[in-house]
Amino acid sequence: MFDWFAKIGENTIDFFARFGREVMLFLQTVAGFVSLIVRPALVIQQLYSVGVRSMLIIIVSGFFVGMVLGLQGYNTLVDFGAEESLGVVVALSLVRELGPVVTALLYAGRAGSALTAEIGLMKATEQLSGLEMMAVNPVDRILAPRLLAGIISMPLLAAMFSAVGVMGGYLVGVDMLGVDTGAYWSQMQDKVDFDQDIVNGVIKSFAFGIVTTWIAVYEGYSCIPTSEGVSRATTRTVVYSALVVLGLDFILTALML
Amino acid sequence: MPEAENNLVSIRDLHFSRGHSNIFNGVDIDIPKGKITAIMGPSGTGKTTLLKLIGGQLKPKKGTIHFHGENIPSLNIKKLYAIRKKMGMLFQSGALLTDMSVFDNIAFPLREHTKLPEAMIRDLVLMKLHAVGLRGARDLMPSQLSGGMARRAALARAIALDPEMILYDEPFTGQDPISMGVLVKLIRSMNSALGLTSVIVSHDIQETLAIADKIYIISQGKVIGQGSPDEMNESDSPWINQFVHGEADGPVPFHYQSISYKDDMLSGQ
Repeated sequence: MFDWFAKIGENTIDFFARFGREVMLFLQTVAGFVSLIVRPALVIQQLYSVGVRSMLIIIVSGFFVGMVLGLQGYNTLVDFGAEESLGVVVALSLVRELGPVVTALLYAGRAGSALTAEIGLMKATEQLSGLEMMAVNPVDRILAPRLLAGIISMPLLAAMFSAVGVMGGYLVGVDMLGVDTGAYWSQMQDKVDFDQDIVNGVIKSFAFGIVTTWIAVYEGYSCIPTSEGVSRATTRTVVYSALVVLGLDFILTALML
Repeated sequence: MPEAENNLVSIRDLHFSRGHSNIFNGVDIDIPKGKITAIMGPSGTGKTTLLKLIGGQLKPKKGTIHFHGENIPSLNIKKLYAIRKKMGMLFQSGALLTDMSVFDNIAFPLREHTKLPEAMIRDLVLMKLHAVGLRGARDLMPSQLSGGMARRAALARAIALDPEMILYDEPFTGQDPISMGVLVKLIRSMNSALGLTSVIVSHDIQETLAIADKIYIISQGKVIGQGSPDEMNESDSPWINQFVHGEADGPVPFHYQSISYKDDMLSGQ
């Protein structure tokens, strides 16, 4: 009976201790951004591997998502004779929701998992300990540039996703299904508001950039340094990122509507 | 402590535990300046943990670790990093950074901690690489090195900042006889040529006895024997005897603890 109480207490303390450590590490990593001012090369290198190398999957996916939106949107709108509004439907869905969310999910699978595996293997092969013993702080050197690169990359990737998606919707809606070109663009211009819609989407993708990259970096840094530990941490990165992105999306949408 | 002057590191009453298991239970160790000290013991006695405690990567539950008169567990991170520049550590896996060449790996600590011009860094790196016989391998990536070469490259990196002390974590494990011989020779000659203090953690008896000046044997969280290699060879303690001569049975039993064989066999129906 009392064991049971003790167990609850122990788990609660454990949870808060872990949470506290994670927050501390996050703050230390953010503080490490300062040290990157003198070493921009570290960030640029990560921007390439985290951002640039995710572009292909983001662009291809964006194009297909845009085409599907064009097709589905047209089919629904044509019943009401409102197919001229297709541009608005495609652009709003992309900019406000699908752009940030799908980009974040793809990013977690493409770049997040790679970050976790990379840092986890660095831990398993004692490279992180090696840095510490060479008096180089691995938080500043390894975690900070990756987190910063992720935060910078995500809004840019989401913007590309949305832009390419609008093209995809155009290809299906205008070129294939015969919506009027002028209507597609002008309605979009008229109805998509910068402050309301675009900024909204950018805020979301910025938030997703922080959480997905942080989850990836933290899971790698705190994994059990064995092959099994790294593999579990990589899985956790993708699962947690997906759940947090979808949950956070709801909260942000509710707050910003 | 009368002989404290000659000790670069002195560890007193060290306690450390991980989870619920006690790794160290009051360990006292002195590491004399300019000598090679070996810390030996069976696998799983926390020898590597001891090196991490000396390097300040772990904090003990109790006890002091003095390096140059400073108590390592009580240092803040800034002082700790300053003191680590005086230590080199050779990891079992080498721990070379896999995304840069051998040359850049050796240059890494110099580029991080000094403002030397690149031409001078090149000279220094080549000198260190020459000392370990890998000057020709400077452009290789760590993945292209054999295990022995990786360890030698890591040794070159460990001495890049001219430390006062090098910590070797199982330097001989998994090496073929030739690289083993090379490493033994390197550790010995580095120690005398550079005036280093060396700490070797190992369970390779013959190699370690051949180069160490002083030996500590640790088991179950305590120092159970210390002295020169000769004293260890001639020790009359049954435990040390078993360990040094590699006997299968003795104070450390061959069988993992269990109920008697007969009872065990009969208990199954």
